[in-house]
Amino acid sequence: MSRPVLIVNARLLDPATGLDRRGGVLVVGGRIAEIGPQVTVALAPPGTEVVDARGLCLAPGLVDLRAGFGEPGAEHKERFESGCLAAVAGGVTSLALLPDTVPPIDDPAMVEFVARRARQVKLAKVYPQAAVTRGLEGRELAELGLLKAAGAVAFTDGFKAVADARVMRRALAYASMFDGLLVQHPEEPRLAEGGVMNEGAVASRLGLSGIPSAAEVIMIERDLRLLELAGGRLHFAHVSTAAAVAVIRAAKARGLPVTCDTTPHHLLLTEAEVEGYRTFAKVSPPLRTEADRQAVIEGLVDGTIDAIASDHYPQDQDSKRLPFGQAAFGVIGLQTLLAASLALVHEGRIGLLDLLRRLTVAPASILGIEAGRLAKGAPADLVLFDPDAQWTVTEKSLYSLEKSLYSLAKNTPFEGRIFRGKVVRTLVDGRTVFEAEG
Amino acid sequence: MERTNEPPFARQHLLGIEGLSAAEIEYLLDLADGFVELNRQSEKKLQLLRGLTQINLFFEPSTRTQTSFELAGKRLGADVVNMNVARSSVAKGETLIDTAMTLNAMHPDVLVVRHHESGAVALLARHVRCSVVNAGDGAHEHPTQALLDALTIRRRKGRIAGLVVAICGDILHSRVARSNILLLRTMGAKVRVVAPPTLLPAAVESLGVEAVTDMQRGLEDADIVMMLRLQSERMHGSFVPSVREYFHFFGLTHEKLRAAKPDAMIMHPGPMNRGVEIDGVVADDINRSAILDQVEMGVAVRMAVLDALTRRLRAPA
Repeated sequence: MSRPVLIVNARLLDPATGLDRRGGVLVVGGRIAEIGPQVTVALAPPGTEVVDARGLCLAPGLVDLRAGFGEPGAEHKERFESGCLAAVAGGVTSLALLPDTVPPIDDPAMVEFVARRARQVKLAKVYPQAAVTRGLEGRELAELGLLKAAGAVAFTDGFKAVADARVMRRALAYASMFDGLLVQHPEEPRLAEGGVMNEGAVASRLGLSGIPSAAEVIMIERDLRLLELAGGRLHFAHVSTAAAVAVIRAAKARGLPVTCDTTPHHLLLTEAEVEGYRTFAKVSPPLRTEADRQAVIEGLVDGTIDAIASDHYPQDQDSKRLPFGQAAFGVIGLQTLLAASLALVHEGRIGLLDLLRRLTVAPASILGIEAGRLAKGAPADLVLFDPDAQWTVTEKSLYSLEKSLYSLAKNTPFEGRIFRGKVVRTLVDGRTVFEAEG
Repeated sequence: MERTNEPPFARQHLLGIEGLSAAEIEYLLDLADGFVELNRQSEKKLQLLRGLTQINLFFEPSTRTQTSFELAGKRLGADVVNMNVARSSVAKGETLIDTAMTLNAMHPDVLVVRHHESGAVALLARHVRCSVVNAGDGAHEHPTQALLDALTIRRRKGRIAGLVVAICGDILHSRVARSNILLLRTMGAKVRVVAPPTLLPAAVESLGVEAVTDMQRGLEDADIVMMLRLQSERMHGSFVPSVREYFHFFGLTHEKLRAAKPDAMIMHPGPMNRGVEIDGVVADDINRSAILDQVEMGVAVRMAVLDALTRRLRAPA
C-alpha cells in the first residue's frame, strides 16, 4: 500500500454532511483515517507525505455519471490512458463509462475488459455501464443480470434512446429484480431524425435541420408512464429543455423513483454557439435556447436535476472538420467538468457545497458506488482545487504534447473561454494521480 | 460623410446575402444592368478577367447554374474550368477541406461552389486564398439567385422597396427562399411566405416574413409571385400527401392568381415542375411570367459578382 498522506491547511468540503471548515485529512491505506480541524502535522506517522493545501479547497473527487472513450474500436479518439488522465486532471476520480464502443459493452466479457484496462491505467476509477439491448440495437435485452454481476453499474444504450416502448417496459421490469438502474437518452428518435441542432430561429436561418425540444419531453413522459407500469429505477441523461425539467419536477413530487442529470455545456451554452457552423457545438442533445438554459439551471438549483455529468465524447479532427450536417456529435468535458460547473458558483446561482453535491455524492448514490464522501473511512479519492485561479481553455491546455497529457481529442465547446477554478492535485485511493504544473 | 478609397464592394467572397448592405446590393445590381446590355450584343466578350482562372466546383449537379456561371466567366475573359464532384468520390475519403486545399494549390482566382450541405461553402472558403462565390449551400443560401431575382424585379417594376412579394412552396428546404427573404427585406419589400405548415421552417416569422397557409390570402395584393420547386422526394406522403393535393391547394393557376395585383409578375428559379407547383399555362403566359428574364439576368448578375470580387486582383484602370 502507498505511504500515508497528510493534507493540512485545507478548506474541507463534504457536501454529504455540509462540512465546510478549515482542517486537514490523514490518509492511511488509501482511506481517510482522520479528518477535521484537529488534523495537523503533529498527527503524521513517520514516512508520511505532507501536503500543505495553503487554504485551497479539498473536496471528494468528482463522480462523473457519463463519459465515453474510444476503446475498443476508436482508439485514435481516446484511450483509457488519455481519457483517465483527462479525468483526473479535471478532478474526476470515478466515472461511469458509456457502452457504445465497437464492439459495445453488451457482454460480461466486455465489462471485464473495461475493468482490466482501468486497472492497468490506474488513474481514475472506471465503472462500466452496459447496454440495455444487444448490440445497442433496441430490440433484444442484453444479459442484464450477468452484466450487473460482472460489475456494470447501470444500463444504457448511450446516445441512442431505447425507442421501443415494449423493450423499455421489459428492461425496467427485469432490472428491478436486482435494483438495476436504467439510463435513458431521452429523445424520440423519429421526431429527432435528421436533425443536427435545436429546432428554432437559428436553425431556420442557417438552413440546418432542427431537433424539436418536444422530442425530449415526449420520451420522458412516455418513460415515466412505463416506470409506473413496470417498476424499476430510471435516470434521464443530459436533460436540456425547460419542458423536461418541469415534467421531471412533477414526477419527483409524485414520488416516482426517477433521477436525472445535465451537462456543463447545457448549463453554460445555447444554440447561438452553432452560429458560423461551429461543429464543436454539435452535440446530442443539442444546445438549446436561453430560456431552456435558465430552466435547466433552476432545475439544478432546486434539486430536480440531481447531478452534472461531463458527457465526455471525444471526436478526432476528421470527424469535426466537416460541413455541420456531416460532422459527428459530441464534445469532450472531463477536464473542464469542475471548472465549467464552478462558473455557476461564481455567478451566484448556486452555493459551492450544493454544486459539489451534484458532482460527488449525488451521482455516487445514483450509481450505488462507494465514492463522493469526505469522511472518516471513505476511500481517499480527493480533489484539491483553487476555486479562483483563472485559466483559459485552449488546445494547448487540453493537449500538452510533451507529456501527452489529457484527452486525445480536443473537441471542446469551451475553446477560448476563461474559467475560474483550477485543479491543483487529484488523489485516488490516497495516491496522487495528478498534480498541476507550476 | 468622409470619403474613403474603399471600393463599393470590398469583399473577398460572396457567401450569402446575409450581411450585405442595401448599398452593396444596389451596386451589384447597377453593375449587372450594364452587363445585360452587353449580353444582348453580338460581340459579348470583355477582357476584364483576362488571365484569371475560375473553377466551378459543383458537389451537386446543376446544369443551368453551372452554365450561367461558365458563360459569365467566359464573357469577362476568364479561363473557366468545370469540376463536377459526385458524392461518390467524396465518399472515397477526400474531405471538403482536402478538396479545398488541393484546388488552392492550383492558384485559382475564383471558386464558384455548390454543395448539398448548409455552411459547406463558407467552410471551404476558410481554407483557400482566392475568392469564393456560393452557388448554393444546402438549405442555407443561394445569393446569386436572389440577386438575379432582384434585378428582374427592379427592371420590370422600377423598384423593390414597398413591393409585396409572395414566396410560395417548399420554404423549408429552400436556399432560394432564404436568400430572397434576406435580400428583399434589406431592400424594403414586404415578404409573405405561402406553404403548408409541413414545408415552413420553425419560427419562420423570425426571418421577418408573414407566414400564410392559404394561398388565396397569401397572394392578396401581391406585386410578385415567386414560386419554388417541390423536390419529387417530398411529393408523396412525407411532406404533402400527393402531387394532386399539393397542386390543388398550392399550385399556381390563373384562378388563384386573381387574388394578386392585376400586373403581378410570376417568377420561378427553375427547373419548373409543370402541374406540381405551377400550371403550365401560367408559366407560359408571357405577359405575367418573368421566368426566362430570370435566366437572362442570371448571367448578367454573375458577371457583376465576378467583376466586383476580382477588382482587388486587377490593376487600377
